[in-house]
Amino acid sequence: MSKEPMRAAGSSARLAVNKTYKLYIGGKFPRSESGRVYAVTDTKDRQLANAPRGTRKDARDAVVAARKAFGGWSGATAFNRGQVLYRIAEMLEARREEFAGEVAAAEGLGRNKALAAVDASVDRWVWYAGWTDKLAQVAGGANPVAGPYANWSTPEPTGVVAVLAPQKSSLLGLTSVVAPVIATGNTAVVVASERAPLPALAFAEVLGVSDVPGGVVNLLSGPVAEIAPWLAAHQDVNAIDLAGASHNTGVASVRDLEIAAADNLKRVLRPEAKEPDWTADPGPHRMLAFTETRTVWHPSGN
Amino acid sequence: MSSLSPTPGKAFDYAPAPESRAAVDIAASYGLFIDGKFTEAADGGTLKTVNPATEEVLAEVAVGGAADVDRAVKAARKAFKSWSALPGSERAKYLFRIARLIQEHGRELAVLETLDNGKPIRESRDSDVPLVAAHFFHYAGWADKLGHAGFGPDPKPIGVAAQVIPWNFPLLMLAWKIAPALAAGNTVVLKPAETTPLSALRFAEICVEAGLPAGVVNIVTGAGETGRAVVAHPDVDKVAFTGSTPVGKEIIRTVAGTGKKLTLELGGKAANIVYDDAALDSAIEGIVNGIFFNQGQVCCAGSRLLVQESVAEQVLEMLTRRLGTLRLGDPLDKNTDVGAINSAAQLDRIKNLVAAGDAEGAERWTAPCEIPAKGFWFPPTVFTGVTQAHRIAREEIFGPVLSVLTFRTPAEAVEKANNTPYGLSAGVWTEKGAKALWTAQRLRAGVVWTNTFNRFDPASPFGGFKESGFGREGGRQGLEAYLDV
Repeated sequence: MSKEPMRAAGSSARLAVNKTYKLYIGGKFPRSESGRVYAVTDTKDRQLANAPRGTRKDARDAVVAARKAFGGWSGATAFNRGQVLYRIAEMLEARREEFAGEVAAAEGLGRNKALAAVDASVDRWVWYAGWTDKLAQVAGGANPVAGPYANWSTPEPTGVVAVLAPQKSSLLGLTSVVAPVIATGNTAVVVASERAPLPALAFAEVLGVSDVPGGVVNLLSGPVAEIAPWLAAHQDVNAIDLAGASHNTGVASVRDLEIAAADNLKRVLRPEAKEPDWTADPGPHRMLAFTETRTVWHPSGN
Repeated sequence: MSSLSPTPGKAFDYAPAPESRAAVDIAASYGLFIDGKFTEAADGGTLKTVNPATEEVLAEVAVGGAADVDRAVKAARKAFKSWSALPGSERAKYLFRIARLIQEHGRELAVLETLDNGKPIRESRDSDVPLVAAHFFHYAGWADKLGHAGFGPDPKPIGVAAQVIPWNFPLLMLAWKIAPALAAGNTVVLKPAETTPLSALRFAEICVEAGLPAGVVNIVTGAGETGRAVVAHPDVDKVAFTGSTPVGKEIIRTVAGTGKKLTLELGGKAANIVYDDAALDSAIEGIVNGIFFNQGQVCCAGSRLLVQESVAEQVLEMLTRRLGTLRLGDPLDKNTDVGAINSAAQLDRIKNLVAAGDAEGAERWTAPCEIPAKGFWFPPTVFTGVTQAHRIAREEIFGPVLSVLTFRTPAEAVEKANNTPYGLSAGVWTEKGAKALWTAQRLRAGVVWTNTFNRFDPASPFGGFKESGFGREGGRQGLEAYLDV
């Protein structure tokens, strides 16, 4: 899809039908409860579309949906989760051209670089699809205790994870932070890149047709500084990924959000000093950040 | 101790069998252990540590202030350069040496721990001290194998670790903190609890005996203010804390925005689930061990008994009969089951929550035992008729007080067990393997004991879900807290 500036339909004979971008909550595509939108522009300040201006209430609705989905998703077999993640890759691949257009417009990239970002995103979903039934063997295992006990440890999903998606890399960055969260059985409430939310909002449509149960991924767009503090302080959110948070002091700085997260002992994944190169091998780090090791003891005897 | 009511335990009276105090030699006063030497606190502050079983003052110890903490952090920073540069195999040998010295001084350390903490010698001798030595032995072996631990080919230490530990397992918590930190190449500044500093100070002497380079381990005694100074010091790279959830939250806020790596092992309110098909005799022993081990002053204590309705009456009858045989008294007596509460402050906390249980309408049963005239004591106590809303079902009591709730179905058991902000541990009792595993898979807790309780091992990761903290201690997983990964 090529992005045409909204107000200038161009000289083509046919007037384009522009998309109304919406939030993705509980498997549905609602508008923001605020009834408000904000203008999204490309890197040259031309308006691309409007995005929903998500609010505290939208964030709360998303947390409710994520909590509701947690039991089923975390209880699904690892193989099943792998199948679903692979299906996401298939659906994204099918819309490769469309997303190249989205990413090119959002990030100001040429076609080849945008296509490369989309391809890397597809490949990353495939990579994480393959991880679902392997992480427990890599990160867990049998523990040789000094006594007549079977003792083993497994990584278990932390619960509902709030994710502040990276601000620059609108699709590959988003994929790189969302996939590891849901691969292990967590459910996610994601705040898209504030300046470049359209690829994320379009990606929600991919999720909508990928066998991902409603509520497993919920996607919000809007001012990060307004939405993030509510998620960081929410008592039913178990963890928060601050990838897209600002290091600057002030509202919704990393420090502020860490303090807000203290109240219910959220697991916090701090951002790097600057947004990393998302094409690098991710390793298991982001998956492990949102798992809890559970160790079970059982006597052996007769 | 003798029972006041006619219980089966009355048939067996034991002669006193006290462990000798001769194994320990407690000095009148102790300084701070900084850069390999004992020194006074800069402002000369001291506190007294008492034997909670007798209220006798055992020693005076220095109270570290900001200047002392700064000195300790500087010593640790200086030592970090050479300690982290040592081949892992050399660091390993220091830790093996320490493990061996702990074994050699085992009896002395057990007696010292019992004197300062109030726990029965049977526990300090058979549980705490052997686990301490085992922990150092376990992590000693990791020091030269870090590249095989799953954190990349050449994981690096973090730097200077600030470690603050509680009073319930003074030496064991020290081992859980110091052994992995040193194995990974970090240096440490450790603050022991205000009421139980003596075994940590004896450990400092063991470090000297082992020839550990100066500054690798620094022990700064004191109370809350000292702990705050250690955690907040700007040149600390890593903070590890075991203690209460409120203090854990305060520490998160203190280190927010600094980038210091943080691990927390906090409170708990563990459910101990007894199904109707459990081997009840074993379950009773597990319930007793779960809540009365270390006078219930255990973060992973099985403080909520969830018993299936159909066997509730029978379980309570068996439980109270068994509790009637527990021997409360002199912690140094080898036959003592229940020792002293660690401090007057902790005893107050227990009494307050027990009073809340009474006020909220739960029914209290108290074990029939004589309370010694001096010292801090609380008899084994069981509350029945407890609802999930009662404070004694929600708040960590950290004492020998069991709250009993009932359930009808496995799903209800799981729901009630998980209905807590905590998630440190849980117990499951059933003879059906499939049901035990089904339950364990659904419990949001870091350690699940099925048909056993309160087992610990250096190879077994320990730590919580939810508000019980994050990070693991023990095993390969326990290394992560001290590696820059």
